[in-house]
Amino acid sequence: MTAKLDSGTSQGNGRRRIASLACGVALLLSACGSGGGAVSTRNEFKPVEQTGGKVTVWVDSTRLAAAQLYQKQHPSVPMEIVTYDGNANGSNYLQTKVSLFNRTGGGWPDVVFSSQNNETTWAVQAKFTAPLNKGLLPQSLLDGWAPGANDPCTVDGTLHCLRNDLSQTVLWYDATLMKQWGYQVPTTWEQYEALGKQVAAEHPGYLVGSAGDTFTPEIYLWAGKCGANQITGPKAVTVNTTSPACTRMAALLDTLIKNGTLSVSSVFSSDFGKNHAGKILMMPGPAWYGGALFQGTFKVPAGRIAVAPMPQWSGDNTPSVGNVGGGTWLLSAHSANLKAATDFLTWVTTSDDYQGKVAPGYPAYGPAARTWLANQNSSGYYAGDIAAPLQAAAGQVWPGWGYGQFSQEAIWAATVTPGLNAGKSIVSMLPDWQNAIVNRARADGYQVNQ
Amino acid sequence: MSSRVRWRVRAGHGFVAAYVVLLVAFGLVPTGYAIAFAFTDSTGAFAGLANFAAAASDFRFAAAAGHVAVYLVLWLVTLVVFVVGLALLLHRVTSRSLSRSLRFLYYIPGALAGSASVLVWLFLLDPAVSPAGFLLRAFGFDTFGQVVAPEHLPVLFTLIAFWTGAGGWIVVMYGALNTISPDLIEAARIDGAGAWQTARRVQLPLLRKWIVYMVILAFAGGTQLFVEPQLLSQASVGVAGRDYSLNQLSYDFAFRNDNVNTAAAVSVELLLVGLVAAGVFVVRSRFFDAD
Repeated sequence: MTAKLDSGTSQGNGRRRIASLACGVALLLSACGSGGGAVSTRNEFKPVEQTGGKVTVWVDSTRLAAAQLYQKQHPSVPMEIVTYDGNANGSNYLQTKVSLFNRTGGGWPDVVFSSQNNETTWAVQAKFTAPLNKGLLPQSLLDGWAPGANDPCTVDGTLHCLRNDLSQTVLWYDATLMKQWGYQVPTTWEQYEALGKQVAAEHPGYLVGSAGDTFTPEIYLWAGKCGANQITGPKAVTVNTTSPACTRMAALLDTLIKNGTLSVSSVFSSDFGKNHAGKILMMPGPAWYGGALFQGTFKVPAGRIAVAPMPQWSGDNTPSVGNVGGGTWLLSAHSANLKAATDFLTWVTTSDDYQGKVAPGYPAYGPAARTWLANQNSSGYYAGDIAAPLQAAAGQVWPGWGYGQFSQEAIWAATVTPGLNAGKSIVSMLPDWQNAIVNRARADGYQVNQ
Repeated sequence: MSSRVRWRVRAGHGFVAAYVVLLVAFGLVPTGYAIAFAFTDSTGAFAGLANFAAAASDFRFAAAAGHVAVYLVLWLVTLVVFVVGLALLLHRVTSRSLSRSLRFLYYIPGALAGSASVLVWLFLLDPAVSPAGFLLRAFGFDTFGQVVAPEHLPVLFTLIAFWTGAGGWIVVMYGALNTISPDLIEAARIDGAGAWQTARRVQLPLLRKWIVYMVILAFAGGTQLFVEPQLLSQASVGVAGRDYSLNQLSYDFAFRNDNVNTAAAVSVELLLVGLVAAGVFVVRSRFFDAD
């Protein structure tokens, strides 16, 4: 069932190519279907000839279970399931392949999962995505998504992908250690910093967080309302990494890195697993930390890990959290079997069978999220209720940080991480960080305000 | 006799023909394709040197060119010095079985596919999992991040390239040393030349063309540095090696910035640099002169 990537061309390609060619010629001759009066139909979606046939689905290894479950429940649907890297860490595999398919005029998958949430920034321009809220999916269904969840998928009011999971940040902590050492879970960043200093003095070696990942800015600086990534239009961004909001959070990180309570190794690195994994008191991080990190990677025993709301700066009465990823599903505009492809897309993003009961991350679709939370709570793994803080955080992701074409994670990794490894402070690197963001944004054709 | 000669000529043509087909399909046609792209814009209209200007003015270009230059110097010097040195030493090894096993040992890494051997290095360089972790820690590197600090990269890429690519050249040089007549070495010995003088006055001059040949190919390969930084970039989650070389920049232009034309301009520049360097080496070393 799972095929290697390069064997994925289906028989319908030739016909599809002819159909799209015919439409291309027709477009030139008659502006393809401009009979609708005054409304501009330049961007109206014209499906290719619906010849049916196999639905090709690209998923990463984590989402493979979803596609296989669907196939098991719907054996009559002809499917080809292909695993790929899911574009993880901005590998750009999908964009590379789509641009090659666009050149050769065939080979596009029908439905794709991407672990990135900024795919629309190139995929819409590449005319790869089918618009979902213009007749393919009913608005009543789309209203089920958490507020703002599909923002990264929306371009000029048109929905071009569906959010798979939310990655709102919360404060994960070890409830057993907290109780044993008599600490209070911090609710403000000031308390968080003070507790970090206390841990450094009383329990050296233990961590209150990690600053070694490429998504460090998305956990701390996004939550701290640092305007490093204010996407103001499809090709416009405002960048200011030296505002008080940025320097305040960066200084907090510097203090805790210096006293050893924040790690500068990635939580997924072999170094972290060896030296830090068993010594975590607290860790601000996204919703998927619970299953993927504490349970899956660090194998923390059941009954210890708990969730609290993200700390806030005292005096700030509009709570804000960050966001780390949250995958998306894209439907190909070139699909010759839109009906089957849309059915799969709907099932995989909304069904309780997958999103509610199997998915590792917090589902972006509200009703599935409720099932998921109930399941997590009843699993007995967590200490206390994790539903309330996660649900509250889902609506508090700071909207001042956008989803641009350039990868903020890659920029941080190349600019700030080497400095951290060499012992430089984050505050001292904020101007370099700004410079790097500006350069990357300009290279992608963005209008940059500073 | 004459039919045998004819058969040989025909067989020769047959072998060359197969090569010519591949050369045209995978060498000349793509080159022509790239040149056509480099001088046109996305609509296919003639663009003059606009793509070259766009590449040169990109913020990544100067840095990438600098990285490749530093790497080339390190790589070519270590390659020539160590390959020739090791080949000369190997040639002096009198025990046949030792010589044979050494040659085999040198060659093993080269027998692995390029990217696979780079992957091996990604493990070697991580102190937490490396079998040589104690060595890395002795140098003061406790984490992978410290090992792949930006200033270490030219040395690391040289190490990787040497390990993966030099073994084959050592074997080639050894073969070249064997073509030198033993009488010549013997004469030198009688004239009172020691090992060092024999190497310097007799063997090295006779190896010159082989060395030039190696340098030309290594130069072309070195300017096209790609696999090492690209894999390192993936392994370090983008901390090291992103947009490090000109070839990576070209790749990024094509697939991240959706600008195939500027990507082609960068690759044409690399081709030019390679051709010019090869030309200089060939002329200066009188490569094609018959002895």
